[in-house]
Amino acid sequence: AFFWLVSLLLSSLIWFVAVKASDPRDEKLQKGLLIFGVMFSVLLQEAFRFLYYKLLRKAIEGLVALSEDGCSPISIQQMAYVAGGGVGVMSGAFSMINLLADALGPGTVGIHGDSQLYFLTSAFMTMVLIFLHTFWGILFFHGCEHRRWWEITAVVVMHLAVSGSTFFNPLYVGSLVPSYLLMAIAAAWAYLLSGGSVQNLRRFLLCE
Amino acid sequence: GCCQGNSVERKIYIPLNKTAPCVRLLNATHQIGCQSSISGDTGVIHVVEKEEDLNWVLADGPHPPYMILLDGNLFNRKVMLQLKGTSRVSGLAVAIAKPSPPQGFSPGLKCPNDGFGVYSKDYGPQFAHCNKTVWNPVGSGLSYEDFDFPIFLLEDANETQVIKQCYQDHNVPHDGSVPEYPLCAMQLFSHMHAVTSTVTCMRRSSLQSTFSINPEIVCDPLLDYNVWSTLQPINSSGKVDPEKEVIIVATRIDSHSFFWNIAPGAESAVSSFVTHLAAAEALHKASDIHLLQRNIMFTFFQGETFDYIGSSRMVYDMEKDKFPLRLDNIHSFVELNQVALRNDSILWMHTDPVSRMNESVEVQVRNLLDILSSSSMGANVTLQEAGYSQPLPPSSFQRFLRARHIPGVVLTDHKTAFQNRYYQSLYDTPENIRMQYPEGLSPEETLEYVTDTAKSLAEVATVVARALYRLAGGANNTSAIQADPKTVSRMLYGFLIKMNNSWFQSIIKPDIKGILGDVPQHYVAVSSPVNTTYLVQYVLANLTGAVVNLTKEECLNPEKTPSSEKEMYEYAWVQGSLDPNSTSRVPYCVRSTVHLSKALSPAFELRQWGSTEYSTWTESRWKEIRARIFLVASRELEIITLVVGIAILIFSLLATYFINAKADVLFSIPRDPGAVAY
Repeated sequence: AFFWLVSLLLSSLIWFVAVKASDPRDEKLQKGLLIFGVMFSVLLQEAFRFLYYKLLRKAIEGLVALSEDGCSPISIQQMAYVAGGGVGVMSGAFSMINLLADALGPGTVGIHGDSQLYFLTSAFMTMVLIFLHTFWGILFFHGCEHRRWWEITAVVVMHLAVSGSTFFNPLYVGSLVPSYLLMAIAAAWAYLLSGGSVQNLRRFLLCE
Repeated sequence: GCCQGNSVERKIYIPLNKTAPCVRLLNATHQIGCQSSISGDTGVIHVVEKEEDLNWVLADGPHPPYMILLDGNLFNRKVMLQLKGTSRVSGLAVAIAKPSPPQGFSPGLKCPNDGFGVYSKDYGPQFAHCNKTVWNPVGSGLSYEDFDFPIFLLEDANETQVIKQCYQDHNVPHDGSVPEYPLCAMQLFSHMHAVTSTVTCMRRSSLQSTFSINPEIVCDPLLDYNVWSTLQPINSSGKVDPEKEVIIVATRIDSHSFFWNIAPGAESAVSSFVTHLAAAEALHKASDIHLLQRNIMFTFFQGETFDYIGSSRMVYDMEKDKFPLRLDNIHSFVELNQVALRNDSILWMHTDPVSRMNESVEVQVRNLLDILSSSSMGANVTLQEAGYSQPLPPSSFQRFLRARHIPGVVLTDHKTAFQNRYYQSLYDTPENIRMQYPEGLSPEETLEYVTDTAKSLAEVATVVARALYRLAGGANNTSAIQADPKTVSRMLYGFLIKMNNSWFQSIIKPDIKGILGDVPQHYVAVSSPVNTTYLVQYVLANLTGAVVNLTKEECLNPEKTPSSEKEMYEYAWVQGSLDPNSTSRVPYCVRSTVHLSKALSPAFELRQWGSTEYSTWTESRWKEIRARIFLVASRELEIITLVVGIAILIFSLLATYFINAKADVLFSIPRDPGAVAY
């Protein structure tokens, strides 16, 4: 979570400087800068995820050295899950807290023509992002662990796609539907990488 | 737009910036004004432009409580009492009526300052409580009612249009059917801390300041300063000789309206004190003022609207020997009340019939009236007596009469009821006293343009100045004593239209030039001195004082200069006018006899907060006052959102529990070496 916060801080600094240096009245330029800012932020977040992986790798070596039986008490898969979950929760909190603060007042969004469903869709988008970050954590660490670069690239591409789809808002169908589809794909992939299989799933669902 | 970094709050709320609230004022026994809940009052907006629209609010509308946007012409007693009695109204926003309501509008009382003047059951009972003459028949007494919902004034027509547009888009009932959510709503914050009466709030405040480390004061007395100046200098810290006689000229300089700090007071205050200032300037042009037998004191009372705060304090100070003059020194009293709306150039002279039953007083009053009448020869002013059957109108003179039977006269433009149909309301504007400027003038040109109103007031000022000269024992020809219409016009412009003009800027001290705001208001307020008092003081100093050749240090510290006669004069270092070519000003020193005296009701000095003899008006304190509009969602959508959220939460908790319990079924042990079994 801390690493994600630092990446967000750095990317927002870059965007802030870019906005201040540019003409605030040029709508197209401002939109372009925002898109650039978002993409840059995604790349920076993934870079910090990689740095965190490197840090955890070093930590595992240390834990192995300290333990009694030569085995680390925490596996890299557990760390991947927790890291992804941490990033997800922090990004979720960041997205939702200021919305919730304003939702406490008597008014709802809409007086300037925005959709009334703003709070609901924001909540669903936040939920899908939290899940996605968790699954991406697992995928990313697995890819780094087994030197499978295409897994890492897939995570980065998925992240760019989800963030890019939010530019379709307020056409919420254009952002929520692709994000949920990508979440289903990422969930299935992460499940398979974590040791699951279709037979296990069938046995679980049929309550054997 | 999507890409300007809108924060969520800006998506939801539109703040209303140009509003004026109605606040709570308290006196010894009652509270008046308006109050909102501590976290603001919210309601669905309904625009009421005709009386039939009220039925939706009072009975038919399905989404109470409502926040009403009232057209200014419907802001009358009948509508307000209907709204006061119902619980379906959570607040009111009044849009200013442009033009002013033609039938007149006055939220003041029909009998202003009743009970605090001179007429009571012991003195002239046939005149008490306006039995004989109702001075303000248009008065609805709205300002003195107590409302439990907030009432705001919308000063900007653009903001009113935004609210009406929101109403049109969301709230209009189509063919009697129910309008659907989301609905446009408004929230008003004006929570007042003081309750019940001055006795209660002052007791609570004094308990707080005695026992608490961080005292929470809930109300403040209305206070300010009176401005006074004498024609012949007197020792302001000593006492005037008992044989020396003084003629007092008085006017009030404050006004009030239903809303806080909105008090243009054109006819009720400004017309009279501008005439008074012009008369003071005219008198100083006479050549033999230092030889006059009697002195003249020009007094400007603050707080007269609230049961004579300024004049009751001055009388009290005179009785208790805290003022250089005593009541024995007063030879006669001339007061100027509303003088701008003269019919057929008639100016009425009002006297007190009860005190005139005394022979000696009658002789002096007769003399006073004769001198006034003779001074009006040759001027376009006809002076007529209001007669024995008429009592005095509400005036500061009544407070002096309560203490001593002084011969005096009150000059007004009305014989019985006020000519002013907007007495103490927000419509008492320059248009009310027929001030008109031609189109297309720049601010400087408007400042210098002489209106007809200015000329008419200058004539009244000339008559008053000449009469005062005769009263004071002057024997010479009075043709030199002439009020200047240009000065009157500049003062009217400054006190009614734009305080921040070049003349006012040149006559004030350099460190207070920030006080010149935009639209002038003349409310007495609780922090003193207010802009009006400052400006009256400096204008009087400029018109009646003399420029002296002192440096800045000598002017600011006159006690160091041997010949300054510090007790007789006041010295002020004023910033001077702007050179047209340069950007700097040429400051200079002004020596005048203008002093300030505290105008706080004696009730607060004596700590008699329940006093019925002195004014006990206080103003409540508050934390925040603001207004905003937004959309409200239906209850159903709110409940659905909450239920969906809770359902997802419960589902996810259950899913986590089951996945955790059956983890060995879901996940097979991976065969990677070096990994630990879960």
